Amino acid sequence: MSEHDNGHWEEHVKVYLTVFGALAVLTVLTVAASYLNVSETEAIFLALAIATIKASLVAGYFMHLITEKQTIVWILALTFVFFLVCMFIPIITEMDHAKLA
Amino acid sequence: MSNDSHHEENFIQKYIFSVDHKIIGLQYGITSLIFLFFGFTLMMIMRWQLAYPETVIPFVGHLFGESGILMPEQYNMLGAMHGTIMIFLGVVPLAVGAFGNYIVPLQIGAVDMAFPKLNAASYWSYFVGGVVMLSSFFLPEGAARAGWTSYPPLSIFEAGQTMWLIGMIFLITSSLLGSMNIIVTIVQLRAPGLSWGRLPFFVWAQFVTSFLLVLAFPPLEAAAVLQLMDRVASTSFFLPSGLVYSGATVDVYGSGSPLLWQHLFWFLAHPEVYVLILPAMGIVGEVIANNTRKPLWGYKSLVYATVFLGFMSFIVWAHHMFLTGMGQAMSAFFQTTTMIISIPSVVILTAFFISLWGASIRFTTPMLFALAFLPMFGIGGLTGLPLGVGASDIHLHDTYYVIGHFHYVVAPGTIFALFAGIYYWFPKITGRKMSESLGKLHFWPSLIFMNGIFMPMFIQGLAGVSRRLYDGGQLYAHAQDVLQWNEFMSISAFCLAAAQIPFFINFFLSIFNGEKVDRNPWQATTIEWSAPSPPVPHANFESELEVHRGPYEYSVPGADKDFSPQTEK
Amino acid sequence: MQIPYTIEERPDTGLNNSKLGVWIFLASEIMLFGGLFSAYVFLRMAAPEGDFGYWGSKLNIPLATVNTMVLISSSVTVIMSWVSLKLKDFEKYKMYMGLTLLCALIFLVIKYFEYTGKFHHGIYPSSSTFMGIYFTLTGLHGIHIIGGMIVMAYFWLPAGNKMWHSNPEQFTNRIEVAGLYWHFVDLVWIFLFPVLYLL
Repeated sequence: MSEHDNGHWEEHVKVYLTVFGALAVLTVLTVAASYLNVSETEAIFLALAIATIKASLVAGYFMHLITEKQTIVWILALTFVFFLVCMFIPIITEMDHAKLA
Repeated sequence: MSNDSHHEENFIQKYIFSVDHKIIGLQYGITSLIFLFFGFTLMMIMRWQLAYPETVIPFVGHLFGESGILMPEQYNMLGAMHGTIMIFLGVVPLAVGAFGNYIVPLQIGAVDMAFPKLNAASYWSYFVGGVVMLSSFFLPEGAARAGWTSYPPLSIFEAGQTMWLIGMIFLITSSLLGSMNIIVTIVQLRAPGLSWGRLPFFVWAQFVTSFLLVLAFPPLEAAAVLQLMDRVASTSFFLPSGLVYSGATVDVYGSGSPLLWQHLFWFLAHPEVYVLILPAMGIVGEVIANNTRKPLWGYKSLVYATVFLGFMSFIVWAHHMFLTGMGQAMSAFFQTTTMIISIPSVVILTAFFISLWGASIRFTTPMLFALAFLPMFGIGGLTGLPLGVGASDIHLHDTYYVIGHFHYVVAPGTIFALFAGIYYWFPKITGRKMSESLGKLHFWPSLIFMNGIFMPMFIQGLAGVSRRLYDGGQLYAHAQDVLQWNEFMSISAFCLAAAQIPFFINFFLSIFNGEKVDRNPWQATTIEWSAPSPPVPHANFESELEVHRGPYEYSVPGADKDFSPQTEK
Repeated sequence: MQIPYTIEERPDTGLNNSKLGVWIFLASEIMLFGGLFSAYVFLRMAAPEGDFGYWGSKLNIPLATVNTMVLISSSVTVIMSWVSLKLKDFEKYKMYMGLTLLCALIFLVIKYFEYTGKFHHGIYPSSSTFMGIYFTLTGLHGIHIIGGMIVMAYFWLPAGNKMWHSNPEQFTNRIEVAGLYWHFVDLVWIFLFPVLYLL
């Protein structure tokens, strides 16, 4: 990414500003969605879905993951798998249990 | 940042805050060896108490109070700190910090690690963590005494735990920075011609180990912060509601979970045991290839097994928690993954055994330790199987059987491999060889007494003797028939200590008086042996290198000698 | 001898050292916050029904929404500061980096008011497990913000000018790496905000 003319950068800047706009809209949406009358599970799903979209925009465009080398993407994919393991396996393990506390 | 080696460095820059991976590796090595022997001493005191309960401890009894007899809470302190020190201050810093730092850049033909200053920072963070941990012995509260596993609620209320937690935060930070450095170094700084398929197995082992450290340690760091807050900020992350301590209801919000700690702790601590074994397997691979004068058998299977092992290590942790009341489904899940993870270990061990077939074995001291590793790790691994199966684990959990199992893997397992590494790479580091006779005098008694200490533990464990008992099981009817082993094991421990004396003498004498050797005294093929001994500061090699072949081209048909170095044209 | 690939990319991996390094560091950070999020889930399920909802309702949503926008803006300004360097415009870089630091400062100030507001009402980490995990998660996030600010401030003022003139490519690379860290900090907040404040 070292030799780009100014025109090319204008394209990039357009993308960044568009993403910024999208993030702003999604933030408003997140807050609005929290006032909807839905079940707890649906609320969690909705909030996490919107957050995931926002995070993907930041990761993909601001952090350039969309054009990043495979090595990095694979490392992150692996990390994400273990992240999910760390997040959900403990709680699934304890859900069979009579009481947690 | 360019590594400017043209200016003269003062003593501090050159030896204290050096950014040269070799100096840092030596710093890790010396510090960790001191911690290892300190941790060993703690164990000897415990073993005295177990063999001769409530008698005055020789030499150091006065440190434990007027009576000179070990008190129960002091026993618990020694136990918790022995485990912590051996794992986090001893073995991992030696295996990864010392061997990883010193050897990996040399074996890939690099001038240094990718981030030399970060490397120095990692060492000093480890050093501070170690000082914090050890200083706890001298504080009024004393050292941690809730086991190296620090289970709440005990760890929230017992004295000495706060320093343990603070120390761990420094140690974990050190580990994270160091392993990140190793990964980038291996990916980015391999010499021209050194493809992934030509990497020595030691480098693959360090690579996977570093991934384990980078991804598994952070949840423990998070948990340590939470436990610290439970101790000092009256939170109740790990404290359930309605807890009564010392007769009074604990005044916290409650609604926390001790199991949360166990999950976060073991999420790291299981991969941690593979951190303990992988570098050791790496060393054994190097020493076997070199002393059999043939390529390692099954290089590809070794690599795939190591990578698979690393991945699986993240999804077995709750086999340490079978007795916490988890449901059948998850118990079955963890039993299955645990059984599966034994497969790559067997693949690796088998490949090493097959490597011996038809070999011209040179029984040098490193080779003796490497050969002994194989059956010792075999015993350790096999004894793990009944622990991985829920039904048998119900009987064996938290008994001496467990202690026997994991010590076989780490003590005559990893530590023997580390000794092999020291004897093997000593000539590269110092330009001199260690004495073979003193080496054998170190090896044979060590092998015998290791077994003397740990084999009877299986007997005691099967009889149901619990671990972490101050009196070694005296009060229990089921233990009476096996108590006599306590004295036997303790005497073996003291003899094992004595067996290390030839090692010490050898180590120090050889630095000054050892047989001077050229740069490749073992006629080895890997890249580190083409550097001078010791390698050039900040540059390692005298000229640019290029790699032309795989790591274990020994006894190539038609070659003029029985080894073809990687960098030779 | 020089360590290769500090700035230029290694041909077969296509990466320079610091970029790979920072991504691995971020991977470890994902696991760090993952451990805490895992604790959140666990504690929420361990708590009595409605307990987390009750304590969560004591949080200030409007303030946190503002903070979310502030942090997202700082993400844009930090990447614009990097683009400015790519376009060899050091003055623009200084402006955007300054704005980033300003946003970060605003974030911290708002957090300060949030925290002191809680303390004023007698709400501390020990008040409930929700509050405990809330303070720990946002506190650790705050420490990461401060860390990022220190690094960016160093590149903004004292070191910036010097490094830009002595080695512009390496400096640009450093800002890219710092920016990646900063985006991650933003990313964590993107999850923290709904989980703690809205659910």
